[in-house]
Amino acid sequence: MNLVIVDYKAGNVQSVQFALERLGVQATLSSDAETIKAADKVIFPGVGQAASAMAQLKARNLDKLLPTLEQPFFGVCLGMQLLCTHSEEGDTDLLNIIPLPVQHFETDLKVPHMGWNQLENLQSPLFEGINEKEYVYYVHSYYVPLSEYTIAQSNYPEPFSAALQYKNFYAAQFHPEKSGAAGSQILNNFLAL
Amino acid sequence: MLTKRIIPCLDIKDGRTVKGVQFENIRDAGDPVELAKWYAQQGADELVFLDITATNEGRKTFAQLVRDIARHIDIPFTVGGGIGSVADVEVLLQNGADKVSINSSAIKNPQLVEELARHFGSQCVTVAIDTKYTEATGWKVYTRAGTIETEYQTVEWAKQVVDLGAGEILLTSMNNDGTKAGFALNITGAVANAVSVPVIASGGAGSMEHFSDAFLKANADAALAASLFHFRELGVPELKRYLKQQGIAVRI
Repeated sequence: MNLVIVDYKAGNVQSVQFALERLGVQATLSSDAETIKAADKVIFPGVGQAASAMAQLKARNLDKLLPTLEQPFFGVCLGMQLLCTHSEEGDTDLLNIIPLPVQHFETDLKVPHMGWNQLENLQSPLFEGINEKEYVYYVHSYYVPLSEYTIAQSNYPEPFSAALQYKNFYAAQFHPEKSGAAGSQILNNFLAL
Repeated sequence: MLTKRIIPCLDIKDGRTVKGVQFENIRDAGDPVELAKWYAQQGADELVFLDITATNEGRKTFAQLVRDIARHIDIPFTVGGGIGSVADVEVLLQNGADKVSINSSAIKNPQLVEELARHFGSQCVTVAIDTKYTEATGWKVYTRAGTIETEYQTVEWAKQVVDLGAGEILLTSMNNDGTKAGFALNITGAVANAVSVPVIASGGAGSMEHFSDAFLKANADAALAASLFHFRELGVPELKRYLKQQGIAVRI
């Protein structure tokens, strides 16, 4: 399988590549449009700040390319948020693939939402073999509300989208590459889609 | 529900773990990767690696080690020790670290916290604070591995670094560190209640009850220990079972 990780200088690209290596899969890191278009599957990681990540995508013309992709696509953490329409983080316009907003946590709880939290209401082959209430690792200050595209949720304290699916675009707010055996299973499930 | 985190801390010198005894099922307890994998299997929620190497040569070894750790473990980890610039952090994050911890360099140049948050996001910037109480001074912040008293009161400094963009505070009480008499609940609680970001309690863990006190009485979000785990006086699985019995949310 020709698996490409989108490399746009936004954080945890290396961690995702290592997680795939542990599954015995070699992935190509690339920001090249032709390489990404030719991939069987695409993983789109990201940590950091929405506006600077969008600037990095635009500098590589990836903001035009990514919405046109038709193969299975997996956005992780900031890579999930960037697929949406608009983020309150830096009042940033995003890739506008999934018609959903990205909002800041308004809560008395600590922000960032950092640590292991539970997945609930799992509704996708992405979660094959994953139990309800399984723990996964989060670190984020912005979230996507529940919607018709939500395929898993977590609570902090209100429910939010832990994962989304819109056409061929899958996305997770948590970090499967840092979520132990459950995270590896979810990555494997994406590879098997 | 978000769980409280249990964090073993490993001191690294020239690419090797400094303290610790030989564990069963670990070929080489001095090998940080072996030890890290073992802690991950035991249910540790995160790991912290502190580089106490003094030489430039050792620092290069540490960056390579970070890469080896990231390659082999599937839980998050923070690295600290001697980080002084955006460039230092870039190397560590590119090699697969999830967060960096800065201490003396934040005291020397508080704007570094702001710069790091802007470049990499607050979520990967942990500010470590070494604090010490005396009757004359109250809880003051110390720097240079706890050798020099600064002008800062602890709660005020914590609020300041959070305003600058720190995403987490690692608070170590020098009075309690090494005593096994428990975490410093009063200052940990004061900091945890004063800032909007997660706070890791550190220094003084000696029993399972000390951890539940840190969570229930001091409102800590995570608790860190080193020798207690390394010398097998307490195992992560039994600690978590105990905390769960106390009604504390933990990942088991």
